[in-house]
Amino acid sequence: MELTASRRTQAEPPPDEKIEQGSSKTLPMVVKIVALGTIGGLAAALTPALLSQQRWAFLIAIWAIVGALVFVYATKRYIPAKYLLPGALFLVVFVVYPILMTFQLSTTNFGDGTRTDKETTIARIIGGSAQQVDGARQFGLSVGQAGTDYTFLLVDAETGDVFAGTADGLAPLDAGSVTVENGVVTEAEGYTLLTKSEINTLSQRDGPLDGFAVPTEGGVIKAQGFQAVELYTPLEYDQATDTITNTETGTTYTPVQVGDRKYFTSESGERLSNQSWGENIGFDNYVRAFTDPRISSDFVGIFLWTLAFAVLSVATTFFLGLLLATALNDDRMKGQKIYRSVLLLPYAIPGFISLLVWSGFYNTEFGLINDLTGLSINWFGDPFWAKVAIIGTNLWMGFPYMFLVCTGALQAIPGDLKEAASIDGASGFVNFRKITFPLLLVSVAPLLVSSFAFNFNNFNAIFLLTEGGPFSPANPTAGGTDILISYTYRLAFGSSAQQIGFASAISVILFVLTGVLAAVQFRATRALEDVN
Amino acid sequence: MRRISRTLAITASVAIFAAACSSGDSGGDATDGDTGGGDATTEAPPVRGDEELVIWTDAVKLDAIQAVAAKFATDNDITVGVQAVTDTRTAFLTANAAGNGPDVVVGAHDWIGQLVQNGAIDPLQLSPSDIAGYAATAVQATTYEGQLYGLPYGVEAIALYCNTDYAPDTYASLDDVIAAGQAAVDAGSVEVQLSQPVGNDGDPYHMEPIYTSAGGYLFGQNADGTYNADDLGVGKPGSIEAAKKIGSLGESGSNVLRRSVSGDNSIALFTEGNAACLISGPWALADVRKADIPYSVQPIPGFAGMNPAVPFMGAQAFYVASNGQNKSFAQEFVTKGVNNVEAMTTLYEQANLVPALLAVRDGITDEDTLKFAAAADGGAPMPAIPAMAEVWTPLGQAYSAIVGGSDPETSITQAGDTIAAAIAAS
Repeated sequence: MELTASRRTQAEPPPDEKIEQGSSKTLPMVVKIVALGTIGGLAAALTPALLSQQRWAFLIAIWAIVGALVFVYATKRYIPAKYLLPGALFLVVFVVYPILMTFQLSTTNFGDGTRTDKETTIARIIGGSAQQVDGARQFGLSVGQAGTDYTFLLVDAETGDVFAGTADGLAPLDAGSVTVENGVVTEAEGYTLLTKSEINTLSQRDGPLDGFAVPTEGGVIKAQGFQAVELYTPLEYDQATDTITNTETGTTYTPVQVGDRKYFTSESGERLSNQSWGENIGFDNYVRAFTDPRISSDFVGIFLWTLAFAVLSVATTFFLGLLLATALNDDRMKGQKIYRSVLLLPYAIPGFISLLVWSGFYNTEFGLINDLTGLSINWFGDPFWAKVAIIGTNLWMGFPYMFLVCTGALQAIPGDLKEAASIDGASGFVNFRKITFPLLLVSVAPLLVSSFAFNFNNFNAIFLLTEGGPFSPANPTAGGTDILISYTYRLAFGSSAQQIGFASAISVILFVLTGVLAAVQFRATRALEDVN
Repeated sequence: MRRISRTLAITASVAIFAAACSSGDSGGDATDGDTGGGDATTEAPPVRGDEELVIWTDAVKLDAIQAVAAKFATDNDITVGVQAVTDTRTAFLTANAAGNGPDVVVGAHDWIGQLVQNGAIDPLQLSPSDIAGYAATAVQATTYEGQLYGLPYGVEAIALYCNTDYAPDTYASLDDVIAAGQAAVDAGSVEVQLSQPVGNDGDPYHMEPIYTSAGGYLFGQNADGTYNADDLGVGKPGSIEAAKKIGSLGESGSNVLRRSVSGDNSIALFTEGNAACLISGPWALADVRKADIPYSVQPIPGFAGMNPAVPFMGAQAFYVASNGQNKSFAQEFVTKGVNNVEAMTTLYEQANLVPALLAVRDGITDEDTLKFAAAADGGAPMPAIPAMAEVWTPLGQAYSAIVGGSDPETSITQAGDTIAAAIAAS
């Protein structure tokens, strides 16, 4: 019925189409102008921010996109490009760009301790060594401005003496020339006093008060909020030799390579600080992924389990879904609609909730499953049973999808084919095997491939159930149910130090693997299309 | 057991019902090829507010911090924004490195190692007389490599809750606690003697009192109280003794410690009256009070004839971001705005943490809080050194294996080797 109906509409275009075409020409034009204008306006709005942050690549990319859009849509030519451009742009922005960024990150040692560049790291190490001099004086701080010069107006918190501090040093101020309230100078002859907000603004990075220091005999007086403290810094960096020297002890620290990073280390092997800095390390992360014996041995095991997990997840959900769909597709079945609605329930529940509820079911002593069955399996404590639990839960989570897909595909198979087969004497099962199933596969096979690719990276199913565990005390990074993506996640964001550069390298390898597998599968499903 | 599974079943069906009612159209997360994986991690990064002082914390502490911040805003006539940020530490590290992080961040003291390693926070310069006003362990906790990095406002440590129906006394030794619990189990009144989370991954945080009492230590301490990453105690003879003790309390021993008790159910077991005692922190207090059971709180005693039990002590503190836009206000807020009795009292009243400032403790009459204060003072600061990050997982796995019946000596030695190798590689 439906088929014939749609064919009719194709054959006879609606008679009023031509009339509409003429009257609606202005509307698309307006829409087009508004849309292009909005995009151009957005780009223009972003430009000052990008200019101020010197993000040249972004700036060029944004205006290139705007240019391409205007070029393609403002003219009447380039009809195919009008259809291809949006898709191509989204592909570049949301797929190609992240992959390139991930790859770029995978050639660095980015992670904990290497988030800053070398210059910042050195500044932090030296700044972090500042200490109060013995019996350090504390001051109430105001900042006075005379012309373009700034002066610290300091009130000693203990004695109440008032000083003017500049880069030249500390000079006492006559008590008569200043007004002191609550331990800070509120008025001073010859100075305009800055408000707290002004001090805050001028103290921002590279501002005139950033790093403002008043030298004293024992060290320097530096601002600490709206107080000032007398400090000294024992460390000094020498750019020529690339070393940091502790002027108190005379120890010299030079950068020494450890793993993928460098630390300032003394001759006796003592590390000055745990702070290192980000560097490009080329393909070291990839070399490590394939040569580090612990990682490569983990990698093979995890890869095999990832494959098994994805294959089993697809196979179990597909066969259960197909079984139920075939059963419920039979006309003799009563209450089809009710059964179908009930079977969709697992699909209707947010995956997070069902996974968390299921993880409670598997508790050895207090969980529903052992309670109902009388078993005492330690589900998540044993690698084998943890795998069984994961496949089982994923079956529950995933079969409704397959059920839906199969129901749809079954209903699309014309009934006369089956009828013809049974007239030729085919039994129900032969009918299913020779007619229904091959026809079903034609439409379902691509979905199986995508389902495989999804499960290959099904982070939620693993992480919300077992978190990749169980682990052994000897190997805390690779658990019994870890798939590649959960393993990567632990490397990057796990409890121990984050290795984001290395995790990116694994991600890139994973991307290549998934791509190759999907390509192979799609090639295989092409054979199915011969059935048609 | 029946009761718990029934509760679980009810919870599950309510959840299923609620989910089915509320989100019938939100399918597509199980096997749908189009949705893509990793929904759990694609949360939008937090965006810094544009106030003159921006503070990041988590949702639990939001109200308390907001109260103090509001006062500071009025006093200095500026705008202050307090934002609750999920996964505050990681979000802060990332945002601070990118230059759009907050000016002040609030969090646990054991973050300090990682924050300093990434150059994300600045040391504070407080006068010695100011520092003297704080609990010694709190100052020790927030001091790292000789510098004070955080201003502590609250301290916490785990303690022993007992259901006084079954364990009415104040106990001098953990053996007596376990005996009282065992008597209640034998009488059929409860299922668990001492509810302490272990789970399949182990729980070194809650195991620390038992581990230290039985002779173990994690890192040796330098003369100034800081931890020495080169002196790892896991795998040393003391830790082997402790592992044996844990094994004897495990599933093949007296079954006091079990993997089926985890962070998910340890508190519920106690509040539902199924455990005689509970080892947990002040965060369980609200649930315990709500439950209709008679209870007592006391610092965890050690085993008879062994060392005292030393739990991890944690301090909550304010930090000044190294890359903040408003450093002057940030430093002023942390070193003056919070560093006074009035602000600390507000924080105590709103956040209900044991105050780190001793002057605030004087006015407290609540018995439970005082017990938790005693527990915190008797604890040792959780090591903040980056090497500690390598300890949690292997040690937890070892504990879980030992509780499950594996050989204590092999498991703990293996964990020690793994940890030592990981520290050496970093």
